Amino acid sequence: MDLQTIWFLAIAVLWTGYFVLEGFDFGVGMLLPVVGRDDTDRRVMINSIGPVWDGNEVWLITAIGATFAAFPAWYGSMLSGFYLPVLAIVLALIVRGVAFEYRGKVDDDRWRRRWDVAIVVGSTVPALMWGLIFANLLRGLPMGAGHVVDAGIGDLLNPFALLGALVTGSLFLLHGAVFLSLKTDGPVRVLARAVALRTALVAVPALVGFLGWTLVHRPTGWTLPVAVLTVVALVAGAGLAGRGREGWAFAATAVSVLGTSVTIFGSMFPVLIPSTTDAALSLTVAGAASGAYTLEVMSWIALVLLPLVISYQAWSYWVFRRRVTRAHIAPAH
Amino acid sequence: MDALDLARWQFGITTVYHFLFVPLTIGLSAIVAILQTAWHRTGKVEYLRATRFLGKLFLINFAMGVVTGIVQEFQFGMNWSSYSTFVGDVFGAPLAMEALLAFFLESTFIGLWIFGWDRLPRRIHLACIWIVAIGTNFSAYFIIAANAWMRHPVGFTVDESTGRARLTDIWAVLTNSQAWSTYLHVVSGAFIAAGLFVVAVSAFKLMRARWPKRADAVAPHPSEDGLFRKTLRLGLAVTAIAGALVVFSGDHQAKLMAQYEPMKLAGAEALWTDEHGAGFSLFAVGDIREGRNHINVQVPNVLSFLATGDFSGDVQGINNVQQRLEQQFGPGDYRPDIAVLYWSFRLMMGLGMAGVGIGVLGLWLTRRGRLPGKRWMYRVAILGLPAALAANVFGWILTEMGRQPWTVVGELLTAASVSPGVSLTEVAISLTAFTLLYAALAVVEAKLLFRYVLAGPAAVMPYPPDEPDTDDTGAATPEPADERVPAFVY
Repeated sequence: MDLQTIWFLAIAVLWTGYFVLEGFDFGVGMLLPVVGRDDTDRRVMINSIGPVWDGNEVWLITAIGATFAAFPAWYGSMLSGFYLPVLAIVLALIVRGVAFEYRGKVDDDRWRRRWDVAIVVGSTVPALMWGLIFANLLRGLPMGAGHVVDAGIGDLLNPFALLGALVTGSLFLLHGAVFLSLKTDGPVRVLARAVALRTALVAVPALVGFLGWTLVHRPTGWTLPVAVLTVVALVAGAGLAGRGREGWAFAATAVSVLGTSVTIFGSMFPVLIPSTTDAALSLTVAGAASGAYTLEVMSWIALVLLPLVISYQAWSYWVFRRRVTRAHIAPAH
Repeated sequence: MDALDLARWQFGITTVYHFLFVPLTIGLSAIVAILQTAWHRTGKVEYLRATRFLGKLFLINFAMGVVTGIVQEFQFGMNWSSYSTFVGDVFGAPLAMEALLAFFLESTFIGLWIFGWDRLPRRIHLACIWIVAIGTNFSAYFIIAANAWMRHPVGFTVDESTGRARLTDIWAVLTNSQAWSTYLHVVSGAFIAAGLFVVAVSAFKLMRARWPKRADAVAPHPSEDGLFRKTLRLGLAVTAIAGALVVFSGDHQAKLMAQYEPMKLAGAEALWTDEHGAGFSLFAVGDIREGRNHINVQVPNVLSFLATGDFSGDVQGINNVQQRLEQQFGPGDYRPDIAVLYWSFRLMMGLGMAGVGIGVLGLWLTRRGRLPGKRWMYRVAILGLPAALAANVFGWILTEMGRQPWTVVGELLTAASVSPGVSLTEVAISLTAFTLLYAALAVVEAKLLFRYVLAGPAAVMPYPPDEPDTDDTGAATPEPADERVPAFVY
């Protein structure tokens, strides 16, 4: 396997890690008004992701940074081509991050309600936008010479992309509900389980439609079994959550998020952005990649650092393995 | 007005704003770590209280630093895709390393520090804040190495067929003389700002205790006087030590600037023609179109000494550098905005030195348990904080504006760096959105910080009652079952 392919895989790993990890904390954020019936419950929810959401988000920052280093043209064309959706994501992530940190710092209902809105909006917008962006990357964009994307809002809001948005939105919602049932106890746990089952009614058909459409539009031999496994995992995840097997349920929804990401990146390779203007102008892995020397340097760095990152992040999850309950929530300060 | 102008404004606004929080994060993480180490070593509850109080202020600031940093990772691709495609091979590598090495460390271990007070062994919990402090320094180094490459590109070639830069020597990029020199300067500037933050908070609390705003104000807990005397001294000491480093590294920066970026130095000094034994300008009024000064009050020979180490050394002037650049790169205007450079340089030095002065003078005034008796002295100490933050910002304005009209000196012009497919409307939308959101967040953050400063250490760590509580309602400060310090909870 050549270095360019290895780095495409590395980028895919980073995005997949991002979707699996931040997927559930987006879900928790979106569910804040649904599952959190009073302030203590909402604080239980926020504290369940409190120690880890920031570390989860760094998977995105690293995916973007690594794309900049390994595929500069992809980085430039994608971020400038999806200008407004990316802007919406960045603004959402800003208010969401501040909201987590500031919400509990003033003991005032109006103050907390405002930050709750920020958390819900800040979690929902990226959860939808990532699906929209990656579906459009699979579908292709009007793109001229020099990989300059020329897509208006109308081009981005096609049925496939909207279905993509629905998939990431509902998938993360379900993943987050299962996470809450695993990591909390009391009323939040009970409600989250019920929500997981109801969300599955939307998430499963959406996922089947999206993956099927992807397989037809960008056929690749081996993505079919992955897609089937992805759907099975999602159904199993919702079912297991309903039966109170929360650990297994979370593993299953994690597998379905992972499978969705693998299908997306597997179908994409080796055309990063197909041009609907002229297929010859498409941006490919080879056309976007940095030189062999850069990729080699980056490989060594990733080889040393990524296992280290994964092990200390895993350790931090281990430290905070206990369920968060209403009893743990001290008065705010 | 076109997309280029707005993209530049957006970069300026978002980066300057980000850099109001970054220096405090770099410096305060270490100061909080020092205080927690003191608690760990001595077991004195006073240090724990200081750790938690300043730690809370640090966290309020840290959150803003994190979220405003997200923008930076995306902005190059959104507004500057031509730049990104040209430089990604070289410039992307330190950015990716920054994320992999620094951001993961900071984000994971800050979570462990905030929520781990009662779950981790004390020694490990202490290590967490030190790891965050070290992570911020890694982050600073990598991003400065990337920035240094734009000012002094090394370790690369330009690929003939693709027209993109190709990395040939990562070691050259990471050990660029501009990188480590700027790193030293930026980090010592950050410690001045953070030191003066601690000074400002301590001086404010000490001042309010002596001169209450209202006659019926509740007097602070008696132990707070001793606590804030200690943090005041710590803040002053950090400022003074960092002040020495900032002068040393600044001197080195001037020499590198003379060598690699003569136009920036000439602009910062409003020096129009090449001179032997050039003077250091104190005040100048000039005409940029005519390329000369009307008034220029100078200290003779000092600029030559700063730039070359020799009082009669040669310093290049704006008009001459312009001629040389035209010969090298063809016709064009290679002059940055001279007025901005000239005044940024003076404001950086003036405000920075004022801040360091507060540190040094403050150490003298508070020697052996003394405390100034005049109220205005406390107010001056508080003003040190905005001065230091402004000095940090003006330093970056000088660095970045002084590099114009280039993004990568000698390789890529700013005008050729923007995204070709992004419209004026799109940049206008994002510039407006960021500016409005940032303005709102600035108000919220400042109010929150002030609220926590006013509330004082008792709000983050209540004082135990003097006499044991006799009523047994249960809710009133129960004796903790164990010695563990409660975690911060959201």
